[in-house]
Amino acid sequence: MSAPLLAVEDLRLHYRTEAGVLRALDGVSFELNRGEAVVLLGESGCGKTSMARALLRLLPRNVADYSGRVRLGGTDIMALSDEAFRRDIRWSRISIVMQAAMNSLNPVIRVGEQVAEPLMIHAGKPRAEAMDRASRALTRVGVSADFMDRYPFELSGGMRQRVVLAMALITEPELVILDEPTSALDLLTQASIMNVLKRIKRETGTSFVLITHDVGTSSELADHVALMYAGQIVERSPARFFFRSPAHPYGQALMASVPRLHDRTEPRHLEGTPPPLIDPPEGCRFAPRCAQRFAPCDRPPPEARLEDGRRSLCWLHGAAP
Amino acid sequence: MTAPGTAPLVHTAELRTWFTLRKWGFLRAGTVHALDGVSFDLARGEAVAIVGESGCGKSTLARTLLGLDRPTSGEVAIAGTPLGTMDKDAMRRLRATVGYVQQDPYAALPPFMSVATILAEPLRIHGLSHGRDRLTAALEEVGLTPAAEFLEKFPHMLSGGQQQRVVIARALILEPALIIADEPVSMLDASVSAGILRLLRRIQQSRSLTLVFITHNLATVRHFADRIFVMYAGRFVETGPTEALLDAPQHPYTQALLAAIADPDPDNADHDRAVPDSEPPSLINPPPGCRFHPRCPHAMPGLCDRDDPPAFQPRPSQTSWCWLHR
Ligand SMILES: Nc1ncnc2c1ncn2[C@@H]1O[C@H](COP(=O)(O)OP(=O)(O)OP(=O)(O)O)[C@@H](O)[C@H]1O
Ligand SMILES: [Mg+2]
Repeated sequence: MSAPLLAVEDLRLHYRTEAGVLRALDGVSFELNRGEAVVLLGESGCGKTSMARALLRLLPRNVADYSGRVRLGGTDIMALSDEAFRRDIRWSRISIVMQAAMNSLNPVIRVGEQVAEPLMIHAGKPRAEAMDRASRALTRVGVSADFMDRYPFELSGGMRQRVVLAMALITEPELVILDEPTSALDLLTQASIMNVLKRIKRETGTSFVLITHDVGTSSELADHVALMYAGQIVERSPARFFFRSPAHPYGQALMASVPRLHDRTEPRHLEGTPPPLIDPPEGCRFAPRCAQRFAPCDRPPPEARLEDGRRSLCWLHGAAP
Repeated sequence: MTAPGTAPLVHTAELRTWFTLRKWGFLRAGTVHALDGVSFDLARGEAVAIVGESGCGKSTLARTLLGLDRPTSGEVAIAGTPLGTMDKDAMRRLRATVGYVQQDPYAALPPFMSVATILAEPLRIHGLSHGRDRLTAALEEVGLTPAAEFLEKFPHMLSGGQQQRVVIARALILEPALIIADEPVSMLDASVSAGILRLLRRIQQSRSLTLVFITHNLATVRHFADRIFVMYAGRFVETGPTEALLDAPQHPYTQALLAAIADPDPDNADHDRAVPDSEPPSLINPPPGCRFHPRCPHAMPGLCDRDDPPAFQPRPSQTSWCWLHR
């Protein structure tokens, strides 16, 4: 087996706030193989966008702790200087579609120009070549090349989201991070954009980190699932096991709450709310809402390795061997 | 007049709500046909889901029923009173008949009022008693217990799901006959959404309320509505009882919507979804004929692109506005 494309180990991103240190990302680890997609699945505020920021080093000013190891094809990119990271990693090897990015396109620059920009700035390509590749990138995501000369306001939300996706793909990065890429869109547009992503993954072997709260959509692209809860990854499983029978009690509760089109059992909700990320409880963070809680849950659970390559941060599954 | 209880609570016919777009504040630049000729009756005690993509007119329909948007033409009456003819006083009474639950609970709640003040406000405006017992009962009905604790809180101290429960309690406090819930869970986490929908459905059934549940997601309606109206570009394209419509959708648009929904399933990653790549039509210049024809896999040239389809009845309880069913 070759080494994974991305290996994240004990990654932390804490923020300074007036009320204390907020542990948005609190020691997470996962891996991603070339040509595969991992879904970071979790509900609002669990730290998904913080993960995207940490991976791409797009940090706010109030960082209290930013540490851990992130290897990209063998290089520890956390060890790089900011200058080297900007030059060699961001956009050229890892690109991102930020949450709600379609609303942050520059309103006074034509679409083609904006898509071509990463190529000119980060790869130093001449304008003519960049524009040519922009038009191909747009076609690939389902935007006619006629749109090159339009301004963002002339495009629907779905079209703008495709434009943002073309921007992320144009430098042909090895890894694309997508933060809620379809959440603000209509169902048909969502499905059509997921079709585009599937095709690109199949045809180009690009790897994806797909960040979403939408369980159904997440199953459209996932090879692996990393389930997040309150700043931690509580389960990592191959998609074919996670979506059929999640191991962690939170995964089970989340799956039971999802309405299914052809399922006659009524979705069940989960009582309570996630713990605060400022001074979170020392033990299992899901324990207060967990129906299967027992005595050991007051202490931090170990990550247990289960069959079929699953891992679960839960005392039910015992200590790591 | 029909006897109370049998007359529809909501009646609409050929209802249209259009908006004029202006350039530089005065030049007419076009007309948005947001709601463009819908007709339906809602019985007392029934729950309907209005389903469609953003911009299809479902929120305009809600706002028209609430008296917030003025209809351009057609009929709309609630409890026998036509909305167009109402004076201020009648409008105030209407507000007490219709409860509103909107999409973003945080925006719906005034930030500097305690939950107690928020719930007392409508009672006060309508000159009703707003004692503590009344407020406590309202919170208990929506599952916010111990109520005494929640009464003292301010919106920012509550989770999104708790905020939405307060919004529901406020919508119910004047004992309306009709509740309009516009995307009540689209801002909430999946794990709390099911609880909010269950709550709305339970209250609707126990109080025999009429519930209009607006959503873009057909997957959420099975357990929470008796009938479904599917909208596209300002019009109804299919209506029918929930189970029948979900299990045997007739209109090509309903079929596309259902095909677009991904139930969580690892096999989804292996195949593409059968959905049109094109975009919904402009509501300023809607396409002639059937509005779905430019995206429809079954469109029949010379017919669908020319003539508006009337209502057909492909199955006894389902109505579909599609030439396939002629
Ligand atoms: N710059 C910041 N300073 C302080 N706290 C922050 C900052 N950015 C995010 N947070 C907090 O960190 C936690 C995780 O936020 P994050 O945006 O990573 O979550 P998320 O999972 O992406 O949520 P959503 O689903 O709502 O997008 C939240 O409690 C959030 O309020
Ligand atoms: Mg986020």
